[in-house]
Amino acid sequence: MTPAGSPLGYAIIASLLQVVLVALGGPLLMGLMAKVRARAEGRVGAPIRQPLRDLRKLMGKEGLRAHHSSVVLAVAPLVVLGSTTLAVAISPLVTTHPLLSASADLFVIVYLLLTGSVAMALAGLDTGTAFGGMGSSRAITIGALAEPALLVAVIALSIQARTSNLPAIVADTITHPVWSSTPTRLLALVALVIVVIAETGRLPVDNPNTHLELTMIHEAMTLEYAGSDLGLVTLGAAMRLGLLFALLMNLFVPWGVATGHTMLALPAAVMFLTLKASLLAVVVSLIEVHSAKLRLFRIPELLAGGFVLAVLAVITQLVAR
Amino acid sequence: MSASFYVGALELTTGAVLVCAVMTLWRRQVRTIVTMLRLQGVSLALVAGVLAWHEHDLGLAITAALVLGVKGALVPWLLRRVIRLDPRSRETAPLINVPASLVSAAFLIVVSYVVCSKLTALAPSAASRLVPIGVATVLVGYFMLVTRRRSVSQIVGLLLVDNGIALVTFLLTAGVPLIVELGSTLDVLLVVVVLQVLVVNAGARHGSFDLDEMRELHD
Repeated sequence: MTPAGSPLGYAIIASLLQVVLVALGGPLLMGLMAKVRARAEGRVGAPIRQPLRDLRKLMGKEGLRAHHSSVVLAVAPLVVLGSTTLAVAISPLVTTHPLLSASADLFVIVYLLLTGSVAMALAGLDTGTAFGGMGSSRAITIGALAEPALLVAVIALSIQARTSNLPAIVADTITHPVWSSTPTRLLALVALVIVVIAETGRLPVDNPNTHLELTMIHEAMTLEYAGSDLGLVTLGAAMRLGLLFALLMNLFVPWGVATGHTMLALPAAVMFLTLKASLLAVVVSLIEVHSAKLRLFRIPELLAGGFVLAVLAVITQLVAR
Repeated sequence: MSASFYVGALELTTGAVLVCAVMTLWRRQVRTIVTMLRLQGVSLALVAGVLAWHEHDLGLAITAALVLGVKGALVPWLLRRVIRLDPRSRETAPLINVPASLVSAAFLIVVSYVVCSKLTALAPSAASRLVPIGVATVLVGYFMLVTRRRSVSQIVGLLLVDNGIALVTFLLTAGVPLIVELGSTLDVLLVVVVLQVLVVNAGARHGSFDLDEMRELHD
């Protein structure tokens, strides 16, 4: 389902729009989640745009690196940011015809995100500090456990749409609204929510607000970063969160995504996407308020549960076909 | 009832039965497991109800009401009383840890799909295509029966097997004669009542419900 007649100009503008939207929206989503959490706990909380301010402050600072660090530490933030930006540009977020939409396969997106994770893990190991290594080991363990659940859940969706091309899956769901309420979709949705929570390091898996050495995962890897490097890493993490939230919503509630090639549909699509991602962020942070962090050794249970639900989604799809 | 709504409702309710079975393996707290069992009983009753509506079968509708009453309300209520009597059976004590049992469950589900595809090819219909889900529920129930130590968990496993068998019967034959269904449902009820009596007596004598420990006492 390649957009053969898709005008190049439209695709470029749509992709740029997606990148800008996620680069601004990712940090804002984080701010929104922190705000909702604060309000639910009876605090006023920082303003929603606080993460953007933090980023601007960090970008203005001098980048300091540890003495014995290698090139890995310097390159990792760029790899994280670059791979995430590419994934954002080709994913069906605002339109089903972004740049390179024919190659926006589910495997491509998953492995682009994985490239960023690997770069982060290597950077954590690079300085040779105890915390960095611990964080890398934990992040890779969780990533390796989340991977099968993620792939199997999206395979369930692609059996339904008979393609593994993400823009095509989104477009097909728009033309078949009944699909959204089939058991396959519901099971895959639960599995993907678990995976997204694990991948973005939200609460039952990792607490993004603490620097408690016994529990931190993502923070442990970024501990050696300072200044503009830290800014890039944080921006990469925020964009990853924005991308995963937007993709999750578009795969299951695709309405509002522009399907044609007219520029006029883009502003409405941006509005819908912002609304959907904000809704998901509010729901996730309300779940976070009511849940405690899982023990590290209980995380495999959570992810294995996600995996079984994903397998169930595939089987119900095969059975019902 | 329109055809697509019938198929959709049947898929959703049948899927819910298997999801509840997987959830009983996933959760540790026995109270939650019993809640899942109740949801499973309700879903099973809904499957029978949807089929009865579609086939205009009064006997099946009565069966659905019976299943709802016994498996959706009475059995979970009795199990809950057992848990209250025995504070030590609040958490399950699995022989195989939870991630491994979940992966095994995934394997069992795939096996049941592969095995049943031959069976469903004999008489393909909207209901019979879903038979693998019933068989998977039976297998997950057996797995629970084998790998859990506490007597309450084992009873839950037995009930899962029974629910799975009932699901397969509903889907394949649109319900056995009412008297047979009555017999099997009451049988399950009897098992749970016996368990309750057993728990009360065993608790009074030994203060333990771990089946392994009971065997040691016997030696």
